Amino acid sequence: MNTSSPAPAAIFAAFFRIGVTSFGGGLVAYLRDEIVTNKRWMSEDEFLAALEIGQTLPGLNSVNVAIIAGRKLAGPAGAIAAALGLVIPGAVILCILGFLYVRFHKNPDVAAALAGIAAAAVGLLLQVTLKIGARQFLNPLDLVFVLLTFVLVGLCHVSLPVALFLIAPCAIILHRPRKEVSK
Amino acid sequence: MREIVSLLNVFCLLSLLAVGGGSAVLPQMEHETVTVHEWVSATDFATIYSLGQMAPGPNMTMVGLIGYKASGLAGMLVVLLAFYLPSSFLTYGASHIWDAFKDNPWRDSIQKGMAPVTIGLMLAGVHAVGKTASYNPEHSLHFNAITVAVGLAVTGILFAKHINPAVLILVGGVVGWFCLRGV
Repeated sequence: MNTSSPAPAAIFAAFFRIGVTSFGGGLVAYLRDEIVTNKRWMSEDEFLAALEIGQTLPGLNSVNVAIIAGRKLAGPAGAIAAALGLVIPGAVILCILGFLYVRFHKNPDVAAALAGIAAAAVGLLLQVTLKIGARQFLNPLDLVFVLLTFVLVGLCHVSLPVALFLIAPCAIILHRPRKEVSK
Repeated sequence: MREIVSLLNVFCLLSLLAVGGGSAVLPQMEHETVTVHEWVSATDFATIYSLGQMAPGPNMTMVGLIGYKASGLAGMLVVLLAFYLPSSFLTYGASHIWDAFKDNPWRDSIQKGMAPVTIGLMLAGVHAVGKTASYNPEHSLHFNAITVAVGLAVTGILFAKHINPAVLILVGGVVGWFCLRGV
């Protein structure tokens, strides 16, 4: 571990580099490489703890991890630097892509290519869902909650706050802490 | 101005509802932006989502493009702030008090209980994008057969080989350009 904490500018530069190079998702792995392996700003355990918080709380996991890491390194300024560094490059590129899209989407060549891109993106989302949900799909009780959530939100358009309010307490209580065998 | 306020409301709520990552709010986002407020068409939504998968950085930065289509550059800025700030503040605050709950057994219950709900929401996200991008009744059977095949091919290839998904999505665009023109 480095003893001297980095300046917000250094934090911004490190996360900006991730924000520019991380094509194709899997952002958490990029973050781990940079924060733990290259810069040694956090230990492996600290990073995993940050990831756990980032995954449990709402928001994007990668942005949440950036905020926790930035805060730990340099307080509020560090958190802001980390989050902005991560988001700004993609936002600028999307700004350009969006501008081109608005201008050219009626062109039949562009429309055909975009249809192929969208079709491929659905395949990617399906693969990610199946991969990280493998355990839930194979556990009958969890599968009930997977399907219930899918039907309520996806097919019946029950609004998300209502659906979460109905489903989440049941799901959490069924996974409630078990008492240790009598001590 | 009313549009900006609606954008702010919708995306602030989505930010705080993004349990387990950004993909979890895709179905609700699609419903709000396409059906309820009509800021973008269903095809726009699917395309914008897929463009977001090709840009580096957090894959939900594409929400900015929905704001851009709804209300120009001001809309883009408002949506990006509304989508990232609320959950970021929450994470910043919660990471302070997280350690106090480190050994609370309910933390584990919440994570285990919410996992299948998140997967169900992601599955609903596949449906929300796929009903336009993969199987769209407005297109010919030939067109739909190609888009479904591209999606399933991407899913299969990602399970079989370790490839950067952004590359596969670009390949999807090339396939679309070859096979989907004038179909």
